[in-house]
Amino acid sequence: MKAKIIIPVLFLLSSQAVSANAVDNMFSEYKQSGVTNISEIKGKELWEKKFKNTKTGKLRSCTTCHADSLKKTGKHIKTGKLIEPMALSINKKRYTKVKKIKKWFKRNCKWTIGRECSAQEQADILAYLIKQ
Amino acid sequence: MKKLKVIITTTSIIGLLLSANLVYGDDDRYEKKDREKHSYNRYFGKKVGVAPVKNALYKEECGSCHFAYQPGLLPSRSWNKMMNNLEDHFDENAELDKETQTILTKYLVKNSADDSNYKRSRRIMNSLRNNSTPLRITDTPYFIRKHDEIPRRLVQNNPKLGSFSKCAACHVNAETGSYEDDDVRIPGFGKWDD
Repeated sequence: MKAKIIIPVLFLLSSQAVSANAVDNMFSEYKQSGVTNISEIKGKELWEKKFKNTKTGKLRSCTTCHADSLKKTGKHIKTGKLIEPMALSINKKRYTKVKKIKKWFKRNCKWTIGRECSAQEQADILAYLIKQ
Repeated sequence: MKKLKVIITTTSIIGLLLSANLVYGDDDRYEKKDREKHSYNRYFGKKVGVAPVKNALYKEECGSCHFAYQPGLLPSRSWNKMMNNLEDHFDENAELDKETQTILTKYLVKNSADDSNYKRSRRIMNSLRNNSTPLRITDTPYFIRKHDEIPRRLVQNNPKLGSFSKCAACHVNAETGSYEDDDVRIPGFGKWDD
């Protein structure tokens, strides 16, 4: 009888712990992939770096859609969709789900740079973003 | 005594009539409400509009970037083709993890225009050639026909719009699956008179 109660409670606790530490989970994954030095400065550089798109010939960067300041609301260059600020200090909903972090890193690195970002690059960017 | 009998009979007859009327009235109201609820078009046996989106995952994953287009606005062959090329989704990268992609493809195919009984779905299907697999709802002959009278300045050149892809920007009830002419409000211009 007791187990019936304890098991769901444990489940609840563990799932809460996971969602609260999405960032920690990401960093431990990066470390497992061999990342040893994480640099916010390199993260900032990559965030602001402009890449020439092979298809359109136009320059693309993270700031194309995420606004110049991480504390501002961005706007998708094509769809016009408003994008909530990336700075954790003013947007607490950011970086709370591992699945979401992975999804957008994959999509947006491919769109901006033309390839997926390495574990090192992701670690640097994430370190930069969560400190804002 | 006779008078009393007459009074009793008359009141009961009136009472019966009144209650019958009430019941009838209720019935009528129920029927109307029911009709609205199921959105049935009495004359053609088809449901009005297009089936609304009820899938929370679809709303979240697709609707967070653009209007959550109802699956009944395209045939299943279009959804299959689109979902197999999310890496190049109208020049955007919209890749999903395998599991989510599979679930959403199933949802889209199951609720596609193919076998739908809703009016808009039927008309879109009927307007398509068997060999065409449009990826844009705006490329279906039915859509083109329904929007061909709208001048460019109201949509494409309208700074508040820019394209036909934002259904809900003008069709105020689009989210419910209703695209009636009367419910059109073009940003910056207002009502559209056909």
